[in-house]
Amino acid sequence: MHFVVCAKQIPDPETPPSAFRIDEANNEVIPAPGISPVLSQFDGMAAEAALRIIEAAGEGKITVISLGQESAQAAIKQVLAMGADEGILLEDDALQGGDSYTTARTLAAAIEKLGDVDAVFCGRQAADWDMGQVGLGLAELLGWPSAIIAKDVQIENGTMHVQRVLADGFETVALPLPAVVTISNEIGDPRYPKLQQIMRAARKTVNRWSAEDLGLDPSTVGDAGARLKLERLFIPELGGDVEIMEGESAEEQAQNLATTLREAKVL
Amino acid sequence: MARNILVIGELDGGALSSTTAELVGGASRLADGGQVSVTLTGAGASGQTDAAFAAGADRAFVNDDATYDEFRSDQWVGAAEQAIDQSAPDVILIAQSIVGRDLGPRLAFRRDTAVAMDCVSIEDSGGAFRATRPCYGGNAQATYAFATSPAIATVRAKSQEPLDPPREGASGEVVELSGAGESRAEIVGREAAVAEGLQLQDAPVVVSGGRGLGAPEGFGLVEELAEAIGTDKAAVGSSRAACDLGWYPPSQQVGLTGKVVTPDLYIAIAISGASQHMAGCSGSKTIIAINKDPEANIFKAARYGIVGDYKEVLPPLIEAVKNLD
Repeated sequence: MHFVVCAKQIPDPETPPSAFRIDEANNEVIPAPGISPVLSQFDGMAAEAALRIIEAAGEGKITVISLGQESAQAAIKQVLAMGADEGILLEDDALQGGDSYTTARTLAAAIEKLGDVDAVFCGRQAADWDMGQVGLGLAELLGWPSAIIAKDVQIENGTMHVQRVLADGFETVALPLPAVVTISNEIGDPRYPKLQQIMRAARKTVNRWSAEDLGLDPSTVGDAGARLKLERLFIPELGGDVEIMEGESAEEQAQNLATTLREAKVL
Repeated sequence: MARNILVIGELDGGALSSTTAELVGGASRLADGGQVSVTLTGAGASGQTDAAFAAGADRAFVNDDATYDEFRSDQWVGAAEQAIDQSAPDVILIAQSIVGRDLGPRLAFRRDTAVAMDCVSIEDSGGAFRATRPCYGGNAQATYAFATSPAIATVRAKSQEPLDPPREGASGEVVELSGAGESRAEIVGREAAVAEGLQLQDAPVVVSGGRGLGAPEGFGLVEELAEAIGTDKAAVGSSRAACDLGWYPPSQQVGLTGKVVTPDLYIAIAISGASQHMAGCSGSKTIIAINKDPEANIFKAARYGIVGDYKEVLPPLIEAVKNLD
């Protein structure tokens, strides 16, 4: 079995909201000082799901692919340290920027170039733009079935069983391979690589493919090919204007809150 | 300018879902004299056309095939494509639901266009459609213009207003869609996981607990407060952190990856107010924060707050709430 895990490097979503800044002139997030970018956490969970299947089967290979800049090597290395076998960085000026459409198109071209892929594992959404489209876009471009927001994935006899999260429960879907699945946080925390694994990952191969390597016309990828044009990025006002309850004791504060809520006709 | 809008409708227990009514209402404003169409698929769909017309639709594409009751993207894409071919929409609106999260991107890639997910507003300005949506876990919002047509948007619940009053007795055109075709996806099992009684999205009051409770037992006090407010009024929610720790069922998760709630009153207990949580509750009319950290982000979104340990604050608050009236 050959699995692909799609990995994206993003600004750390655990950045405290007070340190979150936007460059409104360029519609960009300003990296918070001293906080390094990270592997999008759902992509780590996607790697975890793929690794669990390979381990249970006792055979198989995982290729991790990232579309990004040179710095996205760190995201690839992390998935390699978790246990993936090879990495591919899709890096090229023509590939920079873009939207979910160009991302899916570029990743699909890489998966087609690999040729022998049985399943693709993506995070349910990248924790920066929160779109949740790339996995499904890949499935559509590759002509494969898909299931999203999975809490568990099993593969047996050429069939993928995906337990997906619904609003009111869970549902198990069976899909013929090759297929795409997107993974949600319900699957549990991804493994934390040991030092030895991190050192071993440093020696694993990371190939680098350009738009030309993928046979992609530069006008159809990156910023040039984007279909959603970002016009404005801004921080919304929360505007709570909080009134903190006074009181000598917790009892007094609690009583004041209940009284205030009644007076404001909230309760 | 008159625009044609297509809403991909959903049924909830056989009836037009409240979000579909919101989307159709929003579509009728956006259409500006153009035609509003809606798809209704699944058991009992044809019985819901009058409800769709009352909600603002001019035309309903229906099929009663119960196969549509379960979501398989290939079948739903097939139904949507028939409606698109017959209604030539400028805009397609889909709820940001289990259906929309999957169907939106599938349909956009199938029709060689783009979708903006989880939108909170859609405008037609200067000849182009623009959609605004939260991103960066709710820390930011982004406004996009569509470079391709039709523009597809999945839309967050409660972000569009239904027609008020509805157009009771309005009529429209009914067009039959074909039944669900073959699917590559086979649904082999289903497990319900819902809290009994009042559901989170329907509750006028939501009382939520977070990681700051320190232990799953903390939810005991959270539930007691909800009971004191009234089991017919208040439901209990949880932050993702608390769900991931196994302290509370995932079905009760409020936030970006859980449920989006818009109650009259949201009480956040020992929740720091990470953006991804706020994405699920910031539409609440009034937010109350109880947290021992005065710097917690939740206080920035709250109208009323208590800075203190929930273990000390909740028992007297529960008593005080019981003694109201």
